Amino acid sequence: MALLSNITTHNPFTGPPAGDNPFAKITDNVARVAEAARPPRAWYIAFGVAQVFMLMLFGTLGYSVWEGIGVWGNMMPVAWAFPIVNFVFWIGIGHAGTLISAVLFLFRQNWRTSINRFAEAMTIFAVVCAGIFPGVHIGRPWMPYYMFPVPNQMGMWPQFRSPLEWDIFAVSTYATTSILFWYMGMIPDFATFRDRSKSTVRRLAYGIVAMGWRGSSRQWHRYERAYLILAALATPLVLSVHSVVSFDFATAQLPGWHATIFPPYFVAGAIFGGFAMVVTLAVPARQFFGLKRIITIDHLELMNKVLIATGLIVGYAYGMEFFIAWYSGSKYEGFTFINRAFGPYAWAYWTMITCNVISPQLHWFKKIRRNPWATLIIGMIINVGMWFERFVIICTSLARDFLPSSWGYYIPTPIDLMTLAGSFGLFFTLFLLFCRYLPMVAMAEVKAFHPSVLAHGHGDGHDHGHGHEHKAEAHSAS
Amino acid sequence: MSHDHETPKSSEPKPAPLHGLLAEYESPWDLIEAAKKVREAGFSRWDTYTPFPVHGIDKAMGIRMTILPWIVLGAGLTGLACGILLQWWTNAVDYPWIVSGKPFWSIPANVPIMFEMTVLFSAITTLVGMLMLNGLPHPSHPLDLKERFARATDDRFFLLVQASDPKFDLKLTRNLLSSTNPAVLDDVNEDRTTSNDLPKLFVYGMVILTAAAAVPFALAFKARFTKSRDTRIHLIGDMDWQPKYKAQRQNPFFADTRAQREDVVGTVAVGEFQDDDAFFKGKQGTAYVRTFPERVQLNDATIDRGQARYGIYCAPCHGLAGDGKGMVNQRAEQLISAGTGKGMAWVQPSNISQDYIKQQPVGQLYETITNGIRNMPAYASQIPPEDRWAIVMYLRALQRKGPAAP
Repeated sequence: MALLSNITTHNPFTGPPAGDNPFAKITDNVARVAEAARPPRAWYIAFGVAQVFMLMLFGTLGYSVWEGIGVWGNMMPVAWAFPIVNFVFWIGIGHAGTLISAVLFLFRQNWRTSINRFAEAMTIFAVVCAGIFPGVHIGRPWMPYYMFPVPNQMGMWPQFRSPLEWDIFAVSTYATTSILFWYMGMIPDFATFRDRSKSTVRRLAYGIVAMGWRGSSRQWHRYERAYLILAALATPLVLSVHSVVSFDFATAQLPGWHATIFPPYFVAGAIFGGFAMVVTLAVPARQFFGLKRIITIDHLELMNKVLIATGLIVGYAYGMEFFIAWYSGSKYEGFTFINRAFGPYAWAYWTMITCNVISPQLHWFKKIRRNPWATLIIGMIINVGMWFERFVIICTSLARDFLPSSWGYYIPTPIDLMTLAGSFGLFFTLFLLFCRYLPMVAMAEVKAFHPSVLAHGHGDGHDHGHGHEHKAEAHSAS
Repeated sequence: MSHDHETPKSSEPKPAPLHGLLAEYESPWDLIEAAKKVREAGFSRWDTYTPFPVHGIDKAMGIRMTILPWIVLGAGLTGLACGILLQWWTNAVDYPWIVSGKPFWSIPANVPIMFEMTVLFSAITTLVGMLMLNGLPHPSHPLDLKERFARATDDRFFLLVQASDPKFDLKLTRNLLSSTNPAVLDDVNEDRTTSNDLPKLFVYGMVILTAAAAVPFALAFKARFTKSRDTRIHLIGDMDWQPKYKAQRQNPFFADTRAQREDVVGTVAVGEFQDDDAFFKGKQGTAYVRTFPERVQLNDATIDRGQARYGIYCAPCHGLAGDGKGMVNQRAEQLISAGTGKGMAWVQPSNISQDYIKQQPVGQLYETITNGIRNMPAYASQIPPEDRWAIVMYLRALQRKGPAAP
């Protein structure tokens, strides 16, 4: 821990932000991260590690494309293994960002403003990582255009009645909408960066993406409307995207897959896993970039409460699957669930239960949920658990299905494992670049929902002559 | 935005005209009060600038609800229609193909994509519509020349009344704004210092990029409409060139350079072991057999079969009576007699009741059917051996009947 404190004491970002009013302080607190000549030392270390893993990813992907899918452990009966598990894992993580941006916005949970920017960034990067896997695992990745309705010389079209095709449209739409939402949210913050720029290159770069935004109220009006519309569109989109992903499995006949609980179960699991990733990112980010005044312990506590809630939903879904398997009287379904818990993959199953059902319960204790490092550790444990959940669902059902003579046991190859680890490298590389160059916090939104502003905004803007005393109030320090 | 190599201000003949008056406030509530006053005074060309959307400013300024939601609705419905049309046309009309017995036009199966396309079109339209309605990108504005205005995206709140407003009066408007207690009240002049032209670098860059972008299309066009002696560029080999030898190709590895190896001597295909020469060839050694082989049953059934088979295969040329005057012969003679020159080389099929044919042994008759003779083709491929012997039996019956009536 001595090394850690060394990093924080030498960190120029942890001092109080410049500014004589809360708004200026918020601006400075966030903008100085991108404007600093050098990022914090922790950034370099993390970026170096992420680069190594990312290069490993490119290496394994290149090798897989060159040699063929035989380098993975996919083998009958488990013909769909790590790549699809990784895909569902990453897409699930992405959903939490959209939930924070869109759903919490619709529910008027104003505490979301501190975290929504990097949660949305996390979504984009998670979708990038996710999109790699369907692209590579199709066997002939140089022909991905077969998946899209592109007119071709064979006169052929994709099979639109297949969930795999729905997936293409759902994930593409999700990626596009998330990028649009993220970009739109950043326009006012890019304008802030532009106006604070000292060098022409910075001013031009941020100026181009800021589109000439100057904060005109007439423009804010349309902007707010657009934000609301996108939030209202993104909410059913999130639900539909992960439901469609769950249909990849639910529309098959495999016992353990063919269950109507899958869409809500997957969506709840996605939100659970995604929030865990958000806290995993939030704790170091606020620590090393000096954002503790904006992303406060209260925010972490609220996120941990969401983790408890979604963790309980996921736990309930596990129990309900078991119950329905017994209640249905189908011996295949019943066997599948007994097999999950006590068969050859029991180790994976109990890892999943420990990580997903048991570990979030620690957050019932106030001391634990208000402790950043406990939050971080439990967040990482939940991420592991959610990966194992998808592994258990996919691989155990495939490994032992209807006919015992077809049973098998899937063992991942080193390439599988390295590809999974490498995808984290890509994710963190992109995320760290985002932290360095882009506005990490939605400054305009944090200012708009600052307590001093909210104390006045009760629907009417007149006769608040005594409003000035709120101006000097400082935001709660951690 | 940032080009500044026009003539410096000091040598400008006259100062830039006034663009408007800019008032700066420290708190959003002061701004709202000021906005109400300006609105009540009846101005129309004015605006406020804030670092975040101020609650209540819309009402204070009289900003009406935007039409963006309606545009998005239209786009969403368009997306829905496109989703339906796409799936219906491709899967039910243009190339319907059977998959798991699912109906070609299956609305429940098509709903996910219909939904996603609705959202996609709506989302893109939301952003693009918002930008367009807002007049963005808006690269340059006279306010950019005011250094203090940079705080509009930070922590200060501004109100600008444009000089082009019909109710604008320099003194009166200035007094009105002063009465709202701004932190700073300032003039904003039109921008006469920065160049109106696009930066040269930008223009050159766009020209080069546009030209470069046209190159792939030009190449594709050329490839599409010209001929070439070179082989096609085949980037993705898949398994198109397989290092294997096909049956009828050369293979230098073998002495006879054939890829296909000859059958082992004595190899016989399944069901093709024809060991009975009398039955299969009609011969004993080199001589024709004079009696029917043992396998051939000499009874009515065989002769009836022979008659039926004769009627199918032989009668068209040789005629039902065996006199060589079948339908083919009649047609040929008709053509000859028509005098157009057709059929001049026609030779009448044999009358099987002729003496020399009556004297041929049954084995020879059998061989004739099997291998053909003169212009008659071989019927071995059409008639199995059993049926050939049945026909021979029937021929004998026809010959015994006597010479056919002329």
